[in-house]
Amino acid sequence: MSRQYMSGCQAVASAVSLAEADVIAAYPITPQTSIVESLASMVAKGTLQAQMVHVESEHSAMSVCVGAACVGARPFTATCGQGLAYMKEPVFWASGLRLPIVMAVTNRSLLGPNTIFCDHQDSVSTRDSGWMQLYAETCQETFDSILLAYRIAEDARVQLPIMVCLDGFFLSHLYEAVEIPERESVRRFLPKVPGRQPMLDPADPKLLNVLVPPDYYTEFEYDKHHSMLQAATCMDEVFEEFHGGFGRRLSRIEPFQLEGADIVLVAMGSMTGTIRAVVRAMRAEGARVGLLKVRSFRPFPEAEVRELLRGAKAVAVLDRSISFGSTGALFQEVVRCLYPVEPKPLAIDFIVGLGGRDVGPATVCKAIESTQQAIVRGRVDRDVMWPDARTDLLRRWGWETHDGD
Amino acid sequence: MGIDLKSLPDEQLVGVGRSGCAGCAAVLVARLALRALGPQTIMISATGCVISNFTHAGSPLVPFMHSLLPGAASLTAGVDAGLTALGKRAGINLLVIAGDGGTADIGLQALSGAAERGHRFIYVCYDNEGYMNTGGQRSGTTSHEATTATTPVATAGGPQGRGAGRKKDMPLIMAAHGIPYVATASVAYPRDFLRKVKKAASLDGPSYLHVLTPCNYHWGFAEGLSIRVAKMAVQTRVAPLVEWEDGRLTNISFQDHDGRPVAEYVKMQSRFRHLTEDQVNVLQTQADMQWQHLRRMRVND
Repeated sequence: MSRQYMSGCQAVASAVSLAEADVIAAYPITPQTSIVESLASMVAKGTLQAQMVHVESEHSAMSVCVGAACVGARPFTATCGQGLAYMKEPVFWASGLRLPIVMAVTNRSLLGPNTIFCDHQDSVSTRDSGWMQLYAETCQETFDSILLAYRIAEDARVQLPIMVCLDGFFLSHLYEAVEIPERESVRRFLPKVPGRQPMLDPADPKLLNVLVPPDYYTEFEYDKHHSMLQAATCMDEVFEEFHGGFGRRLSRIEPFQLEGADIVLVAMGSMTGTIRAVVRAMRAEGARVGLLKVRSFRPFPEAEVRELLRGAKAVAVLDRSISFGSTGALFQEVVRCLYPVEPKPLAIDFIVGLGGRDVGPATVCKAIESTQQAIVRGRVDRDVMWPDARTDLLRRWGWETHDGD
Repeated sequence: MGIDLKSLPDEQLVGVGRSGCAGCAAVLVARLALRALGPQTIMISATGCVISNFTHAGSPLVPFMHSLLPGAASLTAGVDAGLTALGKRAGINLLVIAGDGGTADIGLQALSGAAERGHRFIYVCYDNEGYMNTGGQRSGTTSHEATTATTPVATAGGPQGRGAGRKKDMPLIMAAHGIPYVATASVAYPRDFLRKVKKAASLDGPSYLHVLTPCNYHWGFAEGLSIRVAKMAVQTRVAPLVEWEDGRLTNISFQDHDGRPVAEYVKMQSRFRHLTEDQVNVLQTQADMQWQHLRRMRVND
């Protein structure tokens, strides 16, 4: 084991290299580029034996990964934002074909107006694609998630592709110390599955992706849905084995100081680090707040979220995405989990950190303050609030803003 | 010129039955290509007529995958890279069969990229000059003046069917990539076609065959005439048989390019029924110019 100082992007590349991916196909997009540059450098130096396919688009990147997976190779790609949007057609296709593809997503907001900075709108928009999604907070977690991703995706009970999401710039370009395990221990954890038959093989001809009439389609979708649910059990087992082998414990959901918490903040990605610091500081002052970090957005840890939120007076979800005219993506999941809970906690969705806006302690405190006020009032007046929105600008654009916005 | 048909194995690589239109020449393209390549072949096909023909009754007996419409070449590139990474690439032919929509329109970017990167595959485009599988809509390779489902011509001498411009010249576009081999071929000349497929398979790199493929249903001729229409396209120099190696035009098959009037090709098909004499002359001029252009490009050796 060694300890190296590296960026989130480099952590991805380092893990992909140790996972010994066979085919790497990617198209450059900021802030994903240094992942692929690092991998290309490893291939050039001979430290990674992989086929680099410098495709002309993200659509082709995913199509190449599909082709490689169909003959039994271990593929990797990385993208974000517009790239993920451009890739959407084969993204859905890959999960339908049940291919264990691993993709890093350096989360980036979507155009327009033009933007290159972080939010979760890109990956959240592929929520219904049949891909598993893990969100990372640190470089170490990013590294670990890539290794875990291959193991989970290739599990016979799962056979679904997986995204490892790391916040663009906030995490992709953040440098931290990362523990890198020995190659042999990774090989033991992540064997190239020998029993897996290639789907395209002249020795055993099959027809793939043929037209399915309505008599069959529902069952394929049912199968995908239940494999996704089964992935939760698989993740728990694999996280446990990972802890045994590498000493770091990951989980689908990570509670922090939930004991006796009146207010529980729920969030994903790099902002959870800031929220944890705020929670710690407020706890020291006697405030009853806690944090629930969601690492696995798909499959969503429904039962765990429900149990962990039971007893809270209010839940404050910090969403780095917005379904226009509705709420952020995480809020919808959390509220669904709360439906059977009695008494129901109040729930507010805070839309924060869009287009690269930093989610600092002030934003988190403002969300907590608004939630406290709701508890005092005993009701939620507006369940979607924008605590870091610029009221000066919004007023000039003719919008009435409210306290807490 | 062509290969000896008797030298081909008897083995048929397509199952019994058919699920496409009677008289379909596109399915002939796929059958002939598989005949030339044999069972050590992985076949990939973009959404189109061959998919409709091939994936129910009469399926291919080699590994076959239906790609996304824009992604036949990129899926194939992935298969090529995957097999190479696993050390299993040798001895396997990668055959792509895609229509003009999946090749010249929505699939052009992926094909251009895969060709430029030098993946090894044999890409066969069956050009039936439109989206025939979805009802005969106009494509980028639709013949000048032809009426289609989306460019209907109501009256003789009315507005042009295709609209302005001439069909996209896919063989020249692919030849301009400088890939090892590009050729045009025809189902009416199976020996020449088979020779070209075998030549493509022998080369370590991308190759592209463009086959003008008459569609009796949407071009408007009797289902028994597909081969005659294909032959007439060659004879009138609407679709001459040409080969390029490493981007250089190395062969024009003069046999049968006797330059008979394009009007003879036009009058076989109801999609040109509305054409005036002047409009037929435009098609004749296009064929003449293309022929002169090809002859000038020919490498003198």
